[in-house]
Amino acid sequence: MEFKGKIWKFGDNINTDEIIPARYLNTSDPEELARHCMEDADPEFPGKVQPGDIIIAGANFGCGSSREHAPIALKAAGVACVIAGSFARIFYRNAFNMGLLILECPEACAALEEGDTVQVSPDTGSITIEKNGSVLQAQAVPPFMQNLIAEGGLMGYVKKKAGL
Amino acid sequence: MGMTIVEKIMAKHAGLDQVQPGQLIEAKVDYVLANDITAPIAIKQMREVGAEKVFDKDRVILIPDHFAPNKDIASAEQCKMLREFSREQELSNYFEVGRMGIEHALLPEQGIILPGDIIIGADSHTCTHGALGAFATGVGSTDVAAAMVTGETWFKVPETMKFVLNGKLNKWVSGKDLILYIIGDIGVDGALYKAMEFCGDTVDELSIEGRLTIANMAIEAGGKCGIFSPDEKAISYVKERTDREFTPLYSDADAEYVEVKEYNVADIEPQVSFPHSPDNTKSISQVGTVPVQQAVIGSCTNGRIEDLREAAEVLKGRKVAPDVRLIVIPATQKIYLQAMQEGLVETFIESEAVVSTPTCGPCLGGHMGILAKGEVAIATTNRNFVGRMGHPESFVYLANPAITAASAVLGRIGSPDEL
Repeated sequence: MEFKGKIWKFGDNINTDEIIPARYLNTSDPEELARHCMEDADPEFPGKVQPGDIIIAGANFGCGSSREHAPIALKAAGVACVIAGSFARIFYRNAFNMGLLILECPEACAALEEGDTVQVSPDTGSITIEKNGSVLQAQAVPPFMQNLIAEGGLMGYVKKKAGL
Repeated sequence: MGMTIVEKIMAKHAGLDQVQPGQLIEAKVDYVLANDITAPIAIKQMREVGAEKVFDKDRVILIPDHFAPNKDIASAEQCKMLREFSREQELSNYFEVGRMGIEHALLPEQGIILPGDIIIGADSHTCTHGALGAFATGVGSTDVAAAMVTGETWFKVPETMKFVLNGKLNKWVSGKDLILYIIGDIGVDGALYKAMEFCGDTVDELSIEGRLTIANMAIEAGGKCGIFSPDEKAISYVKERTDREFTPLYSDADAEYVEVKEYNVADIEPQVSFPHSPDNTKSISQVGTVPVQQAVIGSCTNGRIEDLREAAEVLKGRKVAPDVRLIVIPATQKIYLQAMQEGLVETFIESEAVVSTPTCGPCLGGHMGILAKGEVAIATTNRNFVGRMGHPESFVYLANPAITAASAVLGRIGSPDEL
């Protein structure tokens, strides 16, 4: 399931307070959270992000709190995928558990400019830059995580395991 | 080959003799924790898959502490959801306002988390409980939902970094300064995906409170957990609080570490983290002139009795500067009461600080002390990200309780030695 999207670029250590500020955590409604997605990193982001867009970031994306509201907000805002140099570990788990696709690619941030379009192949981890055809290789998704996704995320896995 | 304490705890809970870093395991958990922000999503997830009962009514802990006492109607609805779910499931570890405290201060105080346990919590500062020799880590609401149903979760066994702290602490240097110094040294992703094990002479001498503060901020270096060997001090701390049986585990002498960092703490001054990242640290002597409008003493990092004593020692007989609001938040009801009995609350009020009921409150910009545009706060909390305590154009500096109290009196960031 390859897909193509326009990128929005962010730096290193984008934390969950930037992805969804705590002042909005009195709800878990995805639409409401989407209205404030990335607001403290770029106040205009919620207004300009389009469904299918891709976020590119540096190291340690999603550091800080364990709030699952962060991947929920990104997904509800229409972000198709986050490609970062590395991910904070709780965000990494949460993204898979919520079905938000994430790819680790340390070269992506330097190789891409805001507004570029990339073609992403989640199966192989390849990221093709449309303007020059060059290909970046992201770390492939570990088999265990692929199994989780195949079961429809963590709760699907649990449902099967618990015989519900 | 030997194993680290984290590897041993994981192996035991996975029913294996041996585990290695990188290995994926399914492990039983002793406790599953969530709060008023994260539990509502977990409860909804659990209902969506049709699960009717939690795996063990005594092993699921729900604590409304972030936006409680309810800060607005939406928060009241979230807290209500916890309350109703706890009644329906007959949870023995639901802590209502009046009995609650900030989760990571409350659980050790109540003797709930013990050496050798595994606890997962939908709160990133769950790593605090590693101070007692437990494997404790933060996860999201869905992980909590799954574990509430099955009593299990999956882990990738982390590599362990060892931090050896030796030497005698300088005046006004506490656990907070040690962990800020380490984060400043290795960076906010310096321990990404890894366990952080703390040891050395300094650690042996540290109080349990000091260790809790250090383990609490492991997440600020990207760590999966922070952990201490459960020595005699830790064992007697928990035995005073519970009769539950436990088996403490210890790292083998030949355990393998991905990296060993050694520090002579005699070189470490009180630390201040500048906006907007916990690793942006400076020694107090290098801070320069930074006026503050607010000072906050509290949170899961530094809201314990030892922290309040340290602050009161500085504030005794002094007044908060005219342009500063000092907010003191004892982390639990028991700490609050103890602070009253010891006369600390009197000292705070006489110094013209306000004293609040336990809540996470301002630490995450929830309530009880939100910053306006352009305002600067010094806080004993754990994060100074953009907008963390209020307006996106406000500024948070992190420090220990003594520095924070002294800064409130000085009206700028400074040390008690300047008073």
